[in-house]
Amino acid sequence: MKPGWEMVVGLEVHCELKTDTKLFCGCPNMFGDEPNTNVCPVCLGLPGSLPVLNQKAVEMAMAIGTALNCEIRPSTFHRKNYFYPDQAKDYQISQYDEPINANGHLDLPDGSRVGIERAHMEEDTGKTTHAGTSGRIHGADYSLVDYNRSGVPLVEIVSAPDMRSSAQARAYATELRAVLVASGASDGKMEEGSMRVDANVSVRRSAGDPFGTRCEIKNLNSVRSLGRSIDYEADRQIALLESGEAVVQQTRHWDEDAGRTVALRSKEEAYDYRYFLEPDLVPLVPDAEWVEAVAATLGMMPATRRARLIDLLIDGGGASEAQVDQVATVVDLGLDDLVVAAVAAGVGSGLALARTANEAATDADAARRLDSGSYVALLTMEGAGTLTATQAKALLVDLLADGGGDPVAMAKARGFEAMSEDSLASTVAEVVVTHPDEWERYCEGGEKGDKLAGFFTGLVMKATRGRANGKAVAVELERLRGS
Amino acid sequence: MTEPGRLTRDDVAHVASLARLHLSDEELDLFTGQLAEVLDHASDVASLDLAGVAPTAHAMAVVNVLRPDEVRPGMDREEVLAQAPSVEDHRFRVPRILGEAP
Repeated sequence: MKPGWEMVVGLEVHCELKTDTKLFCGCPNMFGDEPNTNVCPVCLGLPGSLPVLNQKAVEMAMAIGTALNCEIRPSTFHRKNYFYPDQAKDYQISQYDEPINANGHLDLPDGSRVGIERAHMEEDTGKTTHAGTSGRIHGADYSLVDYNRSGVPLVEIVSAPDMRSSAQARAYATELRAVLVASGASDGKMEEGSMRVDANVSVRRSAGDPFGTRCEIKNLNSVRSLGRSIDYEADRQIALLESGEAVVQQTRHWDEDAGRTVALRSKEEAYDYRYFLEPDLVPLVPDAEWVEAVAATLGMMPATRRARLIDLLIDGGGASEAQVDQVATVVDLGLDDLVVAAVAAGVGSGLALARTANEAATDADAARRLDSGSYVALLTMEGAGTLTATQAKALLVDLLADGGGDPVAMAKARGFEAMSEDSLASTVAEVVVTHPDEWERYCEGGEKGDKLAGFFTGLVMKATRGRANGKAVAVELERLRGS
Repeated sequence: MTEPGRLTRDDVAHVASLARLHLSDEELDLFTGQLAEVLDHASDVASLDLAGVAPTAHAMAVVNVLRPDEVRPGMDREEVLAQAPSVEDHRFRVPRILGEAP
């Protein structure tokens, strides 16, 4: 960001709800099916068809509103009229001046708070494929439409223009995605389009100035694209303003390969959509009892789950910076219950967090299915020194592949039996005797001498084919040196 | 047609272009008059003193009409596509629309 300027960013996030059916009809809400196989008179806009609201979609919208600290309000549906074939009806049913959720906020891990202006319900559009420009069919000049997605329930979450950097916008999108997943309303898959982010960007000279003219960026398929496009767009606007030109309010398309935004169309004024109340739908008026019942089904939100893990690390002197990252990874992957279970069973919090963030996380799908009892048993053995770190990691790979198992039996089958203290001591004594020069230097100590601890540990590991516990070897070496 | 707030010929031309309707000069005159009469009726209602009357979203005093989230069979694809004037790759084939503004 160029010094002397401030960027102002607001995000609009469309989130597909993971209901079984569409918002206003019983067609399956399914990604990736054969074109035009999940359609009916309602979502094809055939004359005489009537929409009926999906109760589950309403409850998921209320869950999102609750998770985003919104007021849940009586709401109505409007027709948003526009001329484009992605809705067969030529209008989209959306919520306009009376959205179901309003006036909320989302707190980010860095401590900043982003306002949520509204989170309203609407239906998704069909998918249009343009023939002719893609090169697939040369010279053609038409579009092909698949209405499977038409009518899929969406919640559009509109933030306040509260963000001041691309990093903050990325953090908001990441945290919002985690909240949507935790609320049970969405799978949060940006790559499948179930979460789509548009960014409104403007720039100004200082925080006290009125907002500048904004541009809306579309086609952001990842959090990384979001950050890159915002930085590009802010720089583009600053260059315009510094050369005495004006920013034109418009929608711009992010070109990921070229790394730039290009003008798509001038933003239509809101009144051009000719919104009017949808006469085929009645108002939605959730009573307090219903709102509370939905709120009661909400699981813990990511911020609470991160705080829960950080609390577990307090005994070990508090979370280090690396551990804060590990906590974020574990919560993002939904593996925090494994850590909590291990610590509750007496495993050290640092070990439980590290194994989960570093090893279990490499196959998070399997780790979420893993029987936590076997995971806890494995970490207990490693924590007690019955298994070395290397052995524990090897057994974890097997546990993840099998969905669980008895780590004691698995260790035995692999010959991972811990060495007895006597046997370890005699092996250490043996390598010490056979390397008298190195031992002498080790005993002299100092920086150079101490480094030889690694040399002896390596010899012991070699002699025991990795069965020795590294920490126990270090203790034994130290004991011999001091005696 | 020049009184303030009354629908103008330009308003009708604008709305027609948003809906991609191509109206002749005669049609513009005709519909401007007809639509203005409809809107005049709305202004009659708007001129009433409705202080203390709650806004009404719908003629029926019914709220929360909902259906369970259960899949119901839709239409057979061949039947659906047979209704379309043009089809390609099991998709509706439509004239290309560039942007959204006329």
